[in-house]
Amino acid sequence: MNSAPWIILFSPLLAAAVIVIATQPFKKLSSYVSVAAVAVSLLFALTVFGSPDQDVSFNWIDLGVFQVRIGYLIDGFSKMMLLVVTGVGFLIHVYSIGYMHDDRGRSRYFAGLSLFMFSMLGIVLANNFIMMFIFWELVGVSSYILIGHWFERSSAADAANKALIVNRIGDFGFMLGILMVWSASGTVMFGELTSKWSTLGLGAGYATIAALMIFCGAVGKSAQFPLHVWLPDAMEGPTPVSALIHAATMVAAGVYMLARVYFLFAGSAAALAVVLWIGVFTSLLAALMATQQSDIKRVLAYSTLSQLGLMVSAVGLGVPVSALFHLFTHAFFKALLFLGAGSVIHSLHNEQNMWQMGGLQKKMPLTFWTFLIATLALSGCPPLAGFWSKDGIVAAAFEHNAAAGLVITVINFFTAFYMMRLFVVAFLGSARSEAAEHAHESPPVMAVPLVLLAIPSLIAGFPPVEHIFFPMAEEAGPSIPAMLVSVAVFIAGIGAGFVLYRGKNSDPVSIPLFANRFYIDQFYSVLVKWTQDALAGVAAFVDRWIIDGGLVRGLGGTTWGFGFALRFLQIGNLQAYAFLFGFGVVLLLYLILFAA
Amino acid sequence: MNVLVHLTYLGPLVAAILILFGFAPRRTAITGAVVGLISSLILFLGYDHAAGGYQFTSALALVPAWDLKFYVGVDGLNATMLFLTSLVALAAAWMSPRTEENLHRYMACVMAIAAGAAGAFASLDLFFFYAFHELALIPTFLMIGIWGSGNRQAAAWKITIYLSIGSIILLVGLIGLYLMVPDKDRTFDIVKLQAMAAHAVFTGPSANWVFLLMLFGFGTLVSLFPFHTWAPQAYAAAPVPVAMLHAGVLKKFGLYGLLRLTLPLMPEAAHNFTWLLLTLLVGNIIFVGLATINQKQLDLTLGYSSVMHMGYIFLGLATTNLIGVDGAALLMLAHGLSIAALFAISGELRKQTGTLDYRDLGGLAKSMPLLSFLFGLALYASIGLPGFANFASELLVFFGAFKTATPGAAFNGYQIATVCALWGLVISAVYMLRAYRSIFFGDRPSRWANVKDVTLGLGWPVVLLLAGLIVFGFAPQAVLQKIEPGMALFWK
Repeated sequence: MNSAPWIILFSPLLAAAVIVIATQPFKKLSSYVSVAAVAVSLLFALTVFGSPDQDVSFNWIDLGVFQVRIGYLIDGFSKMMLLVVTGVGFLIHVYSIGYMHDDRGRSRYFAGLSLFMFSMLGIVLANNFIMMFIFWELVGVSSYILIGHWFERSSAADAANKALIVNRIGDFGFMLGILMVWSASGTVMFGELTSKWSTLGLGAGYATIAALMIFCGAVGKSAQFPLHVWLPDAMEGPTPVSALIHAATMVAAGVYMLARVYFLFAGSAAALAVVLWIGVFTSLLAALMATQQSDIKRVLAYSTLSQLGLMVSAVGLGVPVSALFHLFTHAFFKALLFLGAGSVIHSLHNEQNMWQMGGLQKKMPLTFWTFLIATLALSGCPPLAGFWSKDGIVAAAFEHNAAAGLVITVINFFTAFYMMRLFVVAFLGSARSEAAEHAHESPPVMAVPLVLLAIPSLIAGFPPVEHIFFPMAEEAGPSIPAMLVSVAVFIAGIGAGFVLYRGKNSDPVSIPLFANRFYIDQFYSVLVKWTQDALAGVAAFVDRWIIDGGLVRGLGGTTWGFGFALRFLQIGNLQAYAFLFGFGVVLLLYLILFAA
Repeated sequence: MNVLVHLTYLGPLVAAILILFGFAPRRTAITGAVVGLISSLILFLGYDHAAGGYQFTSALALVPAWDLKFYVGVDGLNATMLFLTSLVALAAAWMSPRTEENLHRYMACVMAIAAGAAGAFASLDLFFFYAFHELALIPTFLMIGIWGSGNRQAAAWKITIYLSIGSIILLVGLIGLYLMVPDKDRTFDIVKLQAMAAHAVFTGPSANWVFLLMLFGFGTLVSLFPFHTWAPQAYAAAPVPVAMLHAGVLKKFGLYGLLRLTLPLMPEAAHNFTWLLLTLLVGNIIFVGLATINQKQLDLTLGYSSVMHMGYIFLGLATTNLIGVDGAALLMLAHGLSIAALFAISGELRKQTGTLDYRDLGGLAKSMPLLSFLFGLALYASIGLPGFANFASELLVFFGAFKTATPGAAFNGYQIATVCALWGLVISAVYMLRAYRSIFFGDRPSRWANVKDVTLGLGWPVVLLLAGLIVFGFAPQAVLQKIEPGMALFWK
């Protein structure tokens, strides 16, 4: 047994515990503890990357007839993910030292960040469904803690609640799916299930429903329609949190899980079709919403939704490895985009409206150039990272489902368009506010992570690099027509965004439907009010006036015995109670003896 | 060594008596509780699960003709319950007010509740099992009526009526159980009764009646839907230590009785009425869960939530398989610790602010970071997040319920109830997170600017309860392995 995976997993938990118990008053020390822990995880993740595949577990609960195991599954998927999570995580921890420098709750922040790393790494390492579910829920909690970091703000507190509750709705389905899988197969171990699942001879209906219930978990965590509403609100958290959790890693957990348990879907065309179209629909919806946002973080949030939709649709197309490849490249450039945005927000004293920015090229050159790289990478500019990973999905789409391929092409156009819009408005032109006039480059502790993330954003997609991290990928060879389409769409999107938004001081386009997120959030609040809250009101009413009122008032009001009891209470006479008690005991004995 | 079992109830009982004779109430009570805790901890750790059976037993024959004995001893199940009792009792004694009218009587009552609960769990004789529980109920009623808050008279009246009726129904059921045994073998000895189960003594039509009497008797004591309405108001009105002890410990008596007597003795009858239990427990989870969402005060929310959570334990019991009942037993411990912690916290909150109304509170995390942190942990436990014992227990309950299924077939009643229970997890997240949000986060009304935080000196019992939840959350096997041998006798 290799102990490295355990060290990777538990070093952040240890850090979180140390911060909570010991170093809370020493904010600086807390941040170092947290950074050191993730550094340890990163180092051991590197050693694991070169080690052979392993599947190890021990019994956490053992009832003889039933075991719950905790263990790790080291294979190509988890090795890649370990590096992404610890690598990006490490840079964001370092960046946070600068970003959260003046925050009162820094210790709490870093404890949350470490708890998150522990949870996320647990998902990556999990070799069975129950363990994955455990860490799945923990990721939800740590996200809740970090979104609500600035708890004095009502908006942050509400966003945190929304995130956890919406995730729990997804987890409702996830747990049900796990139970269905277990009840049909008798195991929750990924290894056993992989070989066993297709041989069980389950009815198509059962297998499809089980797979879709599992998918619910991914819908919640990866913010797919109809549970996507929590992610944009999650931007109320500190920006590094948005970068790490709500862009690069946690939200990708759903995609990772789907790739892990792809065998559940492989046999069910219906389940795959649902996955595909949920992904495509989410992606399109989010891309359209992104075109009309003016908060810099919100644009990125919707773009994350959209890219996650692409990854999910790749799973639906039957190419889970392509989904993971896009997850891999996306983690770098999306983290970079958020950290770049954070650098701007920090420098402009918490200004998030991009129409209040502008003219940042000279004042923040490092942020400017790295942000440009990330923008191009996300937009699919050859030969940057995003171009390659998107290409795999586009090619698969055109091969398996032309309609999906067409929609994905449209999505890619909008992606290039809204990213260019964001870039042009936020960075180019002249400064449109006092704060933007006095912008300055961020300190090295924040700037260096930008540069370090820019490198993989440039090169992570090249086929040789892909081959290192995805040795299991089948060599499909580049699809030339798909690439040509992608390049054309990229140029069109970038061009449209540039032409339309260059030198503008306000948005020339106004589409309230997109700006208001298709009114889905409003619809949900009405829905919750008229279903859950209305039912809650009815239940409370019935409980109080019918169940309680009918039974007690009807019985109790008339019977003298209860009035008698009440008088004792009012007197509070202990002796009387002692007598009553003795009397009851005697009565009991009498009944037993003579009633027989 | 057998004196240990006696110490679990004698510690608090002697303390109660000494307090009435004028000993310093607080110090004496805490000493008694510590004696109970130490002895129950030794029992729990010392119980040899490899050997199984009842250990540390001691018996004093009282009426040999009826086989009535004062008989105590432990297996893993009641050792766990004794541990829960004494831990909560210590916390409750510590969280009791330092100044109060008639403080002597107050503390004596608190200790009497603890003693009654411990005695009921320690007893292996039917008569004392029942009698000790009554001993604990009476001071509970008294304390709510005398030292309660808000509408205390009405709440005390209601809980007295409900639980007295429940106890009487239970008594009739227990007598019925006693009479079902053939004349020459009649006994109060729970161990002997359990052994008779293997010989199908408790079967036939009368078993159905006795089962129902016991189900509704025990059920009322556990706030089984629809006999639950006493609970929220009683807990809201009760003094903090009473709410902690009753919701945390004493209420578990009914579940313990079902698990110890009703279900193992009458598997046939239990099978006949599975549909009934499943229906009612869904009422606990969904109906009461929804009613919880509508509450506007923390104490009522907690009271309702504790009724709701009973549904999960009932689901575990209803499965009558090893996975489910083990989960139920662990959940009894977990729920007891978490609800006691929550009531302790809400009591401290009320002490500082004078109100638990969500509309008046807000932003208190700023002035009370420690209390807010502790509340957060207790909340995470209560809504069943991993890392706390509640999660592991609920997980086992769900798997137990699905164990009943035919692989790949349409859902049976257990599975449908489980779907409701899973949705209940969403409901509990909704009301607990809303409560947390409205009390501790957001804007802080200016009048709460000078509210003082709880200190570790005062709050350590809560830390202790939460530590228990975390320890058993990380290592549920520590409890499960103790419970296992006793359970495996009846279920697989």
